[in-house]
Formats: sequence, C-alpha cells, structure tokens
Amino acid sequence: MQANNISIGYSSKKLNHIIASGINLTLKTGTLTALIGANGIGKSTLLRTLTGIQEPLSGNVILNGKGIESYTPARLAQQLSIVLTESLPPSNLTVYQLVALGRQPYTNWVGSLSPEDHFKITEALELTQTSHLSDKKHFEISDGQLQKVLIARALAQDTPLIILDEPTTHLDLRHKVSLLRLLKKLAGEQGKCILYSTHDPDLALQLSDELIIMTRDTVLQNTPQGCIESNIFNTLFNDDGIVFDPDKKSFIVR
Amino acid sequence: MVLFLANISLGAVKIPLADVLQSLTGGEASKTSWHYIIINYRLPKAITALLAGMGLSVGGLLMQTLFRNPLAGPDVLGLNSGASLGVAFVILASGIFPATLAGIFLSPYGIVLASVAGSFIVLLAILAVAQRLRDTMAILIIGLMFTSFTGAIVGVLTYFSTAEQLQKYTFWALGSLGNLPWDNIILLALVVLMGLIMAVITLKPLDALLLGERYAKSMGINFKRTRFIIILATSLLTGCITAFAGPIAFVGLVVPHMAKLLFKTSSHNVLFWATLLTGGVLMLLCDIFTQLPGSAFVLPINAITSIIGAPVVIGLLLSKRKGIFN
Repeated sequence: MQANNISIGYSSKKLNHIIASGINLTLKTGTLTALIGANGIGKSTLLRTLTGIQEPLSGNVILNGKGIESYTPARLAQQLSIVLTESLPPSNLTVYQLVALGRQPYTNWVGSLSPEDHFKITEALELTQTSHLSDKKHFEISDGQLQKVLIARALAQDTPLIILDEPTTHLDLRHKVSLLRLLKKLAGEQGKCILYSTHDPDLALQLSDELIIMTRDTVLQNTPQGCIESNIFNTLFNDDGIVFDPDKKSFIVR
Repeated sequence: MVLFLANISLGAVKIPLADVLQSLTGGEASKTSWHYIIINYRLPKAITALLAGMGLSVGGLLMQTLFRNPLAGPDVLGLNSGASLGVAFVILASGIFPATLAGIFLSPYGIVLASVAGSFIVLLAILAVAQRLRDTMAILIIGLMFTSFTGAIVGVLTYFSTAEQLQKYTFWALGSLGNLPWDNIILLALVVLMGLIMAVITLKPLDALLLGERYAKSMGINFKRTRFIIILATSLLTGCITAFAGPIAFVGLVVPHMAKLLFKTSSHNVLFWATLLTGGVLMLLCDIFTQLPGSAFVLPINAITSIIGAPVVIGLLLSKRKGIFN
C-alpha cells in the first residue's frame, strides 16, 4: 500500500479543514509498522483515510497499484481487514462465531461455511493462541483475550493488509508485549503487512520494523533506529518537560 | 400446528374437535352454523394471529440488530404510532377530499399504504436521529417522543372529524385479529411474505452488523443498501399488520429475546426461523387467552400481549446478563 502526497482532514461545504498534508507512506509485505503521535494529531483520521472510509483531500491512496476508491466494498474486504478499539455491541456470539464472521467476504449469500472456511478459522484461532476460548461467549473473556480474538477475526478474513486502531489500549504491560510479539510474528511468518496505531512509543521502538511518526509539522516514516537518529522524538509531544533519551531508547520526564 | 388447531377449536361457541377438522378439510360439520363460524371467523383469525406474530417479531429482530439496541422494537421505536398516524390521516381526514378519492383512501389498500408510509417515515426520522446520537437510551427516548407526538396529532385530527369517522378510527385503534374478510387476509399475507423475504436477504449482513457498523463495512457489507432493505422490510411488516389488526404492543420487542434465550445463539440464520416460530406460537397463545373458552367475553389482544410483555421487559432490564446489556 502506498500513500502519495496525501492531505487528510475534513471538508465541509465551503472550506477544507486540513489536519496534515504532504504525507508519503509505503507499507510493505512482511513488515510491522507502528503509527505514533500525540492525542488529537490526526492518527485516526489518517487510518480512516488509509482504510478508504474517508477520502483524502488531495493525493491518492494506492493499494496493489490501484486507487483504493476504485475497489468495491466486497473486493476491498479481501485486501484489507481492520481491528478497532470500540466495544462490541451486545450479542450472544461465541468466539468461534465471531472469528467466522471474518469469512464473510468469501461465503455465499446466506453465509454458510465451507470446509475451507472452517480450516481458515481454526488456523486463525491457533495462530493467535485462542483455540481454547472458541466456545466461550465474546463477553466472557478478558480484554487481552478479546483483542487477540479480534485479530484472529482479521486473520480469518485472509487479507494481505491488516490495520489496527490502538490494539494495546486497556492492556497491561505483559499483554501489550505479548500482543505486539504476536503481530510481529504474524508479519514475519505469515507475510502480512500490518499497521497499528499506539500510544506506547517505547514498546513500538522495540517491537516494530518501521515507525510512522506524526507531529504537528511533519509525518515521518523510518526504521526505529532512523527515527532515533533524526531526533524527531523530542518534538513528538510538544512539551519541554518530556525528553527522549537516545541511549535508553525511552522517554524521560524532567 | 396443535396450537393452530387449538386456537380454532376454542371460542365462544363450543365446537367438537372432530367437527373442526371436518370443516377445515373441506367436509361439512354436523351443524352448518359451526362450519360457517370456523371457515369465516376462526380460521381467518388464527391465520391473522400467525401472520401478525411472525411479522412483528421479525420486525423486532431486525430493529434490535440494526440499532444495536436490545430494547428496540416496532412499538418501542414508535413505528406503530407512525402507522396509526397514517391510518388516522386516511380515516379522519378523508372528508376533506372528494368522494372518489376518499373511496380509494378508505379501501384496504389505501389504509395499508398509509400505514406503511407512516411507519416508514417514523423509522427514517429515528434513523436520522440515531446517526447523531450513538446513545442507546437516547434512541428509545426519541421513540417515546414520536409516540406522544403522533398521539397529539391524532388528537388534533379527531377534534376536526365527524362522530362516524371517529368511531371508525377508535374501533381500528383498539386492535383486533378477527373480523378480517378473506381478501384482506390474502393482502396481509402477501405483504408479510414480501417483508419476510426481504429479511431473509439481509440475514448475512445482519450477522456482520453484530460487530457494529464499521466492522460490517470492512467485511464488504454494502451498509447503506442493507439498512434500506431492513427499514423497508420492517415498515412493510409493521405497517401492514398495524393497518389490519391495530397497534399490537410488545410482541416485536419480546419475541426476539425469547428466541435468543431459547436458542442461545446470535446467528441470524437460526434466529430468524426461531423468531418466526416463537412469534407465531406466542400470538396464537395470546389469542386463545383473549377468549376464555365457552364464555362470550373477548379481551382486546393488546391487553394480553402487554400483560405478558411488560414483566418480560422488566425481567430483561433487571437481569445482569452481559450479553444483553453491556
């Protein structure tokens, strides 16, 4: 996936409200990319634009050499899957049924599952180590487990590209680490292209292949080491009291 | 099937089961009056009950998934009231129009059309509000507001109408499953069938909607089209049933929950049929209760559904099942 010189924001009747512009990004197969930025900087807007929910104000988002707006919803669903932070509406869905919904782009009009579908679902559950939960209701499991199950659903959707919106929120450090390790493993072993937004720059530095950093002035994409060398982290929060220590690769409060 | 027979067998006049079967299978009952009662009164009533129960329940199921709201239902969201308003306009305001036009309005088709249009408009209004307010409770309150709003307009209309028109409207508003001639029942059955077929088309997208709108879109669902079909189906079902049987409360809200509790699933492929079955059964049962066997008293169907429905809703609210209320 590529973003060519896009501007993101909202357009109302008369004027365009630009949040960020001149963004160039490339997401490659087999890499785990983290999107970092302060609250309100436009991470969600960028993700919405990249997933085709919202159109860029200018520039274009290219997926496999084709503009993302030229995909039908059904075709796009076979290329791109998402994992959201919002809580699920009340239902009686079991974990297995929830993951099975990921097969919708491939099933017939009543949604009946073929042996191949069942195979993909089982595989997704195994990859995320959630097989033992498959008969539980989705509201009976912990937040960390639910996040993994939602990732399993995205895996079952069998798309080359997965985009996650703040998957580590609500999780403790151990579960954050285990979730990011899982994403890294999926990117490496399954050859997925994974992009996630996060508020944990320290962890993202250690566990991602590439970083996209959004500040007020620029949007930068580089490897973790490249980002450290460019000294962009000190401008991340726009606060003199929070400084980045390049040796410890973490933030320090002064 | 058994209930259907029981429903036909029980009534103000005692008719032996053997005679009921004889009449239904085309033979003659031992008394011609019995035969007449069964073919022209009890059989139509049982069929209406079945259709109304099924249609309203499926409408409720569609609404609950679309609005991600366990307390949604045709009556709670004010669709019944919208339909009532449509009918009120047609019956009470028919005097304003020339006689030929009034004739068209007052025909069963006119009433069905007005009723469907009424519930469709209310549903669109609720949807517009639901887009702005994500809050579950807000949507329900909006439904309540619509109910009182339409009630007020009906009130104003009654003020300007003749006693005859008023009587006609009042009888309709009390609600009754009986007294429908056969051609009306055929019309009702056709419209309900249409609504149910539309519902079947949306079964797969409905499953996707269990995860919310954004996930559903990301899984390739054409959300706008799905939403339109769901709304049209619900308006057809609610509007048409309300036009013929009057506003019936609680069935659309309660039956989907009973089906969910009985079958312990969220898969709409199962829930749809479960809701159809439960809705039909419940309505036949309620209809049996309206008529105490052997006695001439007939209670309004609305009273019975409310007596059963209200405690179930309170029970649902009190139960802390996380699956129903997060």
